[in-house]
Amino acid sequence: MRAFLRNERLMLTVLLVFALLPPLFQLMGQEYLLSLLNRILIYGLAAASLDLILGYGGMVSLGHAAFLGIGAYSAGILAFHSYEGSAVLNWPMGLVLPGSESLLLALFVAVVMAGFFGLLTGSISLRTRGMHFIMITLAFAQMFYYLFISLDRYGGEDGISLFGRGHLPGFDLNNDFIYYYLCLFILILFLVLARRFTTSRFGLVLRGGRDNEQRLRALGFPVYRYRLICYALAAAAAGVAGVLMAHQGEYVSPGLMHWTKSGEIMVMVLLGGSGTLVGPLLGAGVLLLLEEVLAIYTEHWMVILGPFLILVVLFARNGIHGLLMKIGGRDD
Amino acid sequence: MKKVLLMALLALCYSVTAVAQEPVRIGMITTLSTKAGYLGEDIRDGFQLAVDEGKGTLGGIAVDLLVDDDNRKPEKARQIAERFIKRDKAQILTGIVFSNVATAVVPKVVREDVFYISPNAGPSMLAGKGCDPNYFNVAWQNDNLHEAAGKYVNDKGFNKVYLLAPNYPGGKDAVSGFKRFYKGGIAGEVYTNLGQSDYAAELASLRAAAPDAVFFFLPGGMGINFIKQYAQAGLNKTIPLFGPAFSFDERLLQAVGDAGLGVINGSQWSPDLDTPKNRAFVEAFRATYGRTPTLYASQGYDAAQLIGSALKKVGGDMNRQDDFRAALKAADFTSVRGNFRFGKNNHPIQDIYVREVVKTADGKYTNRIVEKTFVDHVDAYASECSMK
Amino acid sequence: MSSVHFVPVFLMLLFVEQLLNGLQLGVMLFLMSAGLTLVFGIMQVVNLAHGSFYMIGAYVAATVMLKSGSFVLALAVALPVTAAVGMLVELTVLRRLYERDHLDQVLATFGLIFFFNELTRMIWGRQPLFMDVPPWLSRTVELLPGIYYPSYRLLIIAVGILVALFLYLLFSRTRLGLQIRAGATNREMVAAMGINIRVLYTLVFGLGALLAGLAGAMAGPILAVEAGMGESILILTFVVIVIGGIGSIRGAFVGALVVGMVDTLGRAFLPQIFRLLFDSAAADRLGLALASMAVYVFMALILAWKPRGLFPAPGN
Repeated sequence: MRAFLRNERLMLTVLLVFALLPPLFQLMGQEYLLSLLNRILIYGLAAASLDLILGYGGMVSLGHAAFLGIGAYSAGILAFHSYEGSAVLNWPMGLVLPGSESLLLALFVAVVMAGFFGLLTGSISLRTRGMHFIMITLAFAQMFYYLFISLDRYGGEDGISLFGRGHLPGFDLNNDFIYYYLCLFILILFLVLARRFTTSRFGLVLRGGRDNEQRLRALGFPVYRYRLICYALAAAAAGVAGVLMAHQGEYVSPGLMHWTKSGEIMVMVLLGGSGTLVGPLLGAGVLLLLEEVLAIYTEHWMVILGPFLILVVLFARNGIHGLLMKIGGRDD
Repeated sequence: MKKVLLMALLALCYSVTAVAQEPVRIGMITTLSTKAGYLGEDIRDGFQLAVDEGKGTLGGIAVDLLVDDDNRKPEKARQIAERFIKRDKAQILTGIVFSNVATAVVPKVVREDVFYISPNAGPSMLAGKGCDPNYFNVAWQNDNLHEAAGKYVNDKGFNKVYLLAPNYPGGKDAVSGFKRFYKGGIAGEVYTNLGQSDYAAELASLRAAAPDAVFFFLPGGMGINFIKQYAQAGLNKTIPLFGPAFSFDERLLQAVGDAGLGVINGSQWSPDLDTPKNRAFVEAFRATYGRTPTLYASQGYDAAQLIGSALKKVGGDMNRQDDFRAALKAADFTSVRGNFRFGKNNHPIQDIYVREVVKTADGKYTNRIVEKTFVDHVDAYASECSMK
Repeated sequence: MSSVHFVPVFLMLLFVEQLLNGLQLGVMLFLMSAGLTLVFGIMQVVNLAHGSFYMIGAYVAATVMLKSGSFVLALAVALPVTAAVGMLVELTVLRRLYERDHLDQVLATFGLIFFFNELTRMIWGRQPLFMDVPPWLSRTVELLPGIYYPSYRLLIIAVGILVALFLYLLFSRTRLGLQIRAGATNREMVAAMGINIRVLYTLVFGLGALLAGLAGAMAGPILAVEAGMGESILILTFVVIVIGGIGSIRGAFVGALVVGMVDTLGRAFLPQIFRLLFDSAAADRLGLALASMAVYVFMALILAWKPRGLFPAPGN
């Protein structure tokens, strides 16, 4: 119980820091850091969604970036058709989906699409275990990657460049501040829901399934179905992150779905500490900051980043979160 | 840990305030890591050479060149652009190697009244409908070098050409660029995977189609693989190979070896181009970096020269935006490639050559100009640009 | 001969040649996957950095060949060097990860990839290296009337088959092979037999790295030797061992050949078949997209049918 409380406290602190940093940057005249922070926030959301299946469900997916990409393309394709003045879907019987720059519509489409493909690919992938699961999720992600590369209409490998950030009634999303706090709001919403989810009976079964599947099965829990639902929910959340990313960077490309992107998100989760939800936020922050800072000092920054990751694995089990918990107090 | 994060952020901030206000800052976003890292390295080195020749100035104006590696990721490039613009107050950006990165960065930065000088990527969107008064391309529009190959193959009377390119926009543009000037028959049109390394299957199909010439566009390592395997299959003795300069730059050629000899490729520049400016450039580059420059290095050098010519005209005062823009458009500098001026879409109007890969006396590989294929060539998208 | 009769013969020849190409790719994949599957089957370690050994093998071989001009010498240097690098990595990093879960191993070896890629860039520069086919292997051979095949690729096929044979003999006929196999199924028993399991692990890891280095050195003359070349083949290698069944050398052999065939034949014929069946630009693009996805679709199908691969090893 103590650990749980401390985790809660850590999460509140982290969110508070996220909320307070932008005005601080403003004061220091360093507005450019805001967009870096915004990216950290969005990657943090993606990583936290992966944490649901990886940390809580014990399913090591190396294809999570596919859902990020599906979300981003939902936004990108809608916007593309809006610029062009054409319809995304034009099926008979009045089933017409016009192009649109509405953020809400993009979020809705992304959640539906990513959730749907999560269910579809999850239902096959979850039949496998361990290394096989890693590889089959990767295979599905690669399929999406090659599919979007071959979509000439949407720029193929070049991707789609958006003009401006889309619309939300009552808000000017082109204002970096407003957009940032919108992302923060969505992240908090996700964390609250995820927290409830993981502490519910459903989440307990999931975690039980991670630790001892046989036993839960014997108790009559449909572990497979629970896992599948968790997988689809995480996919949908990654889709949301994808939409936010598309509008933040005003750009979408298949590179978002490449397996190395899945790997990066996974690194964020592990670096921060899996199964904690707040850890992935920290992981995203540290990884993106390191990339940024190291690159300023040396062109060969990867030769430092690599061993850093290895050291984290060797000496900081449970990642940054574990480290903070250790520093935070030995009272349990 | 949060403290560490904060300290890192503060460190980032302090590194800014330390820099003096005086020199004009130029932000170079380029690709130094990944397999394509040597392209960015050459662009940077070419640019730096021009700065060094001016002892830290371009056009007599002190400049501060900031370089950062985009890791070939569009979003990373976007992030760097933002840092250069907002933190370092750079008003001139340059350096991007790849079209997809340029597509992500350029439309955004030119809207923020920043000038972007492209030393390499020239996607059709930015040359046509998406052209912008603040965007200048000092290299070429992407299709240009393919067009040169197409015209040459057409002029030589080949009539059964086999086409091969990766399955991505650059590959499709290459084939359509080639076809724009090649009017003969097509023996086959094949698109390969991006990043593919083994071409045995494609070569077998190619041999079976019995073409009289092959045009291919496979940049970087893909090209090395293809040319080597083409020669190993014995095809180079029977079917001549044509391509754009991208698979035949002076660094890549050393990794291809004899397999590349005799291949004809289109380029706007060549190390043996006989102008005083170019002779001096090649010599200075060799003396400084110990290698022969590639076309990318020449483009980096020209980008620096262009910026220098414009800075000189405004006396280094970047607040005179309209004057600076007009000065860029005038392109008042001696390009290493000879004739150079901007068309209405701010893309070059220039001569384009075909070159042949040859071996030098010291066992290195390089290109020799065969003929001038185009004089004052204008790209195909200029008419779609609404600028005057 | 009428042209109607001529076309099928000509297609047959092309098909046979493509089968050879598939075999050659398969053999290359086998060299890579044999080591990876051994390491995974015995030490339970997911090693993403396996592609780095392939790259190191290619770089070292290219360097030696450039200096000496001898292909045999290049191989002779590259193999022990990669084995040594592999053992060094095992001693310093991976040894500490045997008891950890796959996630930690993924993260650490991901770090190794970054490190090795950047290190090669620092040592050899950003420009790809050159490695040529040795002159005595630079010709093409007419295997059947109308089928010309590069002799170097035939050598690759031969080497791959020899290695497969060697591994078969090693595991079925020698004491060392027996110990390794026993180590895979029952660690404690092997330790009880008085075998130093740590040394055994280091040796197995070195062997895996050596095979990857061999694949890299053999690939040098046909591919661009550049930093990051390992990742292109790494993913296919993982596909192979997952299809074959993790930990099984036999599975790796079958998986490698099947993947090599699917990839090659898919690329060679899928777009054409689509073009014949549906005459539209959309179908054309679909055919292309499917050709690049063929391997992954195939893997998903296999795993949907047999979740543990074709030849699941008993220990896993």
